Amino acid sequence: MKDIMQPKAKRSRKHKSIGDRVFDWTNYTVLTALTLVCFYPILHILFASVSDPGALMAHKGVLLKPLGFTLDGYKLVFKDNSLLNGYKNTIIYVGLGTLVNMVMTILGAYVLSRRDLYFKNFIMIVITITMFFGGGLIPWFLLMKDIGLYNNLWAMILPTALSTWNIIILRTGFQSIPKELEEAAVIDGASQFSILVTVILPLSKATLAVIFLYYLVGNWNSWFNAMVLLKDRELFPLQLLMKEILVANDATATTIGSAGGVVINSAQSSTAFRELVKYCAIVVSTVPILLVYPFLQKYFVKGVYVGSIKG
Amino acid sequence: MEILRKPREMDPVGLNPKPKNTKRLIQKDLKKNWFVYLMALPVVAWFLIFCYGPMWGVMIAFKDFKPLLGFADSDWVGFKHFIDFFTGPYFWRVVKNTLLLNVWGIAFGFTAPIILALLLNEIRSSKFKRTVQTITYMPHFISLVVVCGIIHIFTANEGVVTQLLSFITGKDYSSLLGYSNLFRPIYTFSGIWQSIGWDSIIYLAAMSGIDPSLYEAADIDGVGRVKKMWYITLPQISPVIIILFIFAIGGLMSSGYEKIILLYNPLIYDTADVIASYVYRRGLREASLSYSTAVGLVSSIVNFGLLWMTNTIAKRRSESSLW
Repeated sequence: MKDIMQPKAKRSRKHKSIGDRVFDWTNYTVLTALTLVCFYPILHILFASVSDPGALMAHKGVLLKPLGFTLDGYKLVFKDNSLLNGYKNTIIYVGLGTLVNMVMTILGAYVLSRRDLYFKNFIMIVITITMFFGGGLIPWFLLMKDIGLYNNLWAMILPTALSTWNIIILRTGFQSIPKELEEAAVIDGASQFSILVTVILPLSKATLAVIFLYYLVGNWNSWFNAMVLLKDRELFPLQLLMKEILVANDATATTIGSAGGVVINSAQSSTAFRELVKYCAIVVSTVPILLVYPFLQKYFVKGVYVGSIKG
Repeated sequence: MEILRKPREMDPVGLNPKPKNTKRLIQKDLKKNWFVYLMALPVVAWFLIFCYGPMWGVMIAFKDFKPLLGFADSDWVGFKHFIDFFTGPYFWRVVKNTLLLNVWGIAFGFTAPIILALLLNEIRSSKFKRTVQTITYMPHFISLVVVCGIIHIFTANEGVVTQLLSFITGKDYSSLLGYSNLFRPIYTFSGIWQSIGWDSIIYLAAMSGIDPSLYEAADIDGVGRVKKMWYITLPQISPVIIILFIFAIGGLMSSGYEKIILLYNPLIYDTADVIASYVYRRGLREASLSYSTAVGLVSSIVNFGLLWMTNTIAKRRSESSLW
């Protein structure tokens, strides 16, 4: 492939007009600038999180390198029990939630991928309508309270158990499996459940990986349901605690102590340290999900492709 | 629509053999596929409870709902809450803000990823392309709470963006989230920062499917790069653009209230408060449950109307539509 492509590329470079060259230069410049703008906030947070808090407070504007070096902010974050508890809660919600997500989505997608189901269209309509209509926030909230999901661990799992979009993506994946493979299994006397487990799931690994990651990221980042449905601080996920630390515009939010409950001893009890803790908390809460991302980027991209075929 | 208009088939005497056949078909189907239906059970149950349950609960918009009395015993008040909303002081404010924020979103947020994809598509060096993509995708994975936290930090008194803006304009700015006229740019451009890379993927995917012979023909005619972009690439991906545009219009009245709740404050309600954030505040903070349900219902009806309208126009003008 490379051998065929190379001469062609060379030829086109020779024939480049001035206009094309100007275009190329502009293009590279614009994209480089955009990339730097996209990357800068991430760098800024990283640099600030290890900077000396006093110097950081005095500094104005762009940060191109850490100002001094200290890990005090991280020490405070990791010593803080409420944040650690939030971390633990998030891991539980993400683990359990994603498991429920996957089981439910596989069931839904499998049912909708059956060709010979009498009520298939009915089920499809029931599901599709929900993409366009909803009851709204308040009736939803009242219902959650009525069915006992208020201030309950399951409030973080059941209301988000399914995403219609992911069912459709996975169904498209299931449908692309050749019919003959299933028929062969049927002749061998396999039950429908064993067809699902031994034929369909192993052949849909890539799509499964995609929706697994969608759910994983969604669950990790979820905060609104927690804010609305959870009352007990012991149950708060990491993102809700992050909201208290970072976003203090809400008069009714209960911000205990400084920086969302991070205990700062009196000697260091300054705004400078509170600021430093913000940066460190951002890093600590974001790094796990950003670490996952480069390894799985190709799957994510593939998932958008699958979705786009559907759309 | 047409299905609704069709008169129902009358079969009072039961002479028509069709129902029997249907019954037998269903029986056969249930016998053969009982296990599949068992699998469908939790899924259908979930949709009934978590999606259709709230739809049924919408009836409190027509009642004076008191939690102590419950759904059934609260008094019916008809359209009182709707009239209250339409004639209330905040009606125009929230409608205007919702629309304007979305006009900004469509003008800048919707076009930015298309432009990025067009530019990336013209890059030959795959190493450079991959680097740009990897970095611009990254903000997509940062949680909304953290993104808004970063916005708060960057637009604070001494924040980078505040300093930059003061430097450029020569005026002294304090915390930018305190200025009503800056909320829409902050909201829109932070949104672009977070999603420009990710949203461009779908357009790049569409571009990779364009028939290369189109470009080869243009090359023979000596057509320049910009013209090829404009006359070949863009028209070729227009079906994808149209579909996504319909979705964008359909989400017009409902989008992004989580982000607004994380960014706004009473100082800038006059530009930042949208229908959804108003519903949240009145409903969950001030406990005007029936009133805010009515407001939410208005917005979801308008939403669906817009979606339907855009889809109809798209269907008439081009071949791409949702249904």
